[in-house]
Amino acid sequence: MTDPAISVRVQREDFDLAAEVSALSSGRKDIGAVVTFSGLCRDEAGTLGALELEHYPGMAEAEIRRVSEAAMVRFGLIALTAIHRYGRILPGENIVLVVAASPHRQAAFDGANFVMDFLKTSAPFWKKEIDTAGKAGQWVSAKDADDSARDRWTESDGKANS
Amino acid sequence: MSSVRLVYFAWVRERIGKDEEEITLPESVLTAGDLLTHLKSLGEEYEMALEHDNVIRVAVNQEHVEHRESIVGAREIALFPPMTGG
Repeated sequence: MTDPAISVRVQREDFDLAAEVSALSSGRKDIGAVVTFSGLCRDEAGTLGALELEHYPGMAEAEIRRVSEAAMVRFGLIALTAIHRYGRILPGENIVLVVAASPHRQAAFDGANFVMDFLKTSAPFWKKEIDTAGKAGQWVSAKDADDSARDRWTESDGKANS
Repeated sequence: MSSVRLVYFAWVRERIGKDEEEITLPESVLTAGDLLTHLKSLGEEYEMALEHDNVIRVAVNQEHVEHRESIVGAREIALFPPMTGG
């Protein structure tokens, strides 16, 4: 069964932060805190022309949803929106958005953080670098730091998360 | 013998040289690790793509599995490198 409080989208188009926060909170009076995280494409000191984001259609949505469901339960969130873009993304453009809502701020901060940490290591997306001349370069390598960021959620209390 | 759809992403896809294919697996292929070993015997493009097989991630019917887990009865198996989204 799909939780109506969770909205997951994988899309080529950009998203609007204010519109997403408003869509999630409009008409509700139980939300006391909304945390938004957005991830953008950096130009890597002028060397990067674009990122080409590949994804696994179907599984990308499913995996973000699994992470989102875990976050809802673990932090007692009352609404969550997660959007990830694919295709060609230019420096300065949005890549990912997480909006977490809860009665109090700590759960919203932690929930958004948790979703990002698990999304980065388990949602099937891959970034390829395109240089400023438009030539395809290297696939971005996965970072150990991302695994460590994810693992800290299991070290403290030993709970399974995803 | 059973037939399964394989899908590849990122540099695994580029090295194998195709997005997807339907293949028939020998009865002896039971786990995700067995599948990687079997594929490596199919040609040098597979060997090159799957050379460091400990980094290759496997998903069965769009869910992550460990290399020791069963793939028996899978409709779709995906092979890909560690993920770099977010």
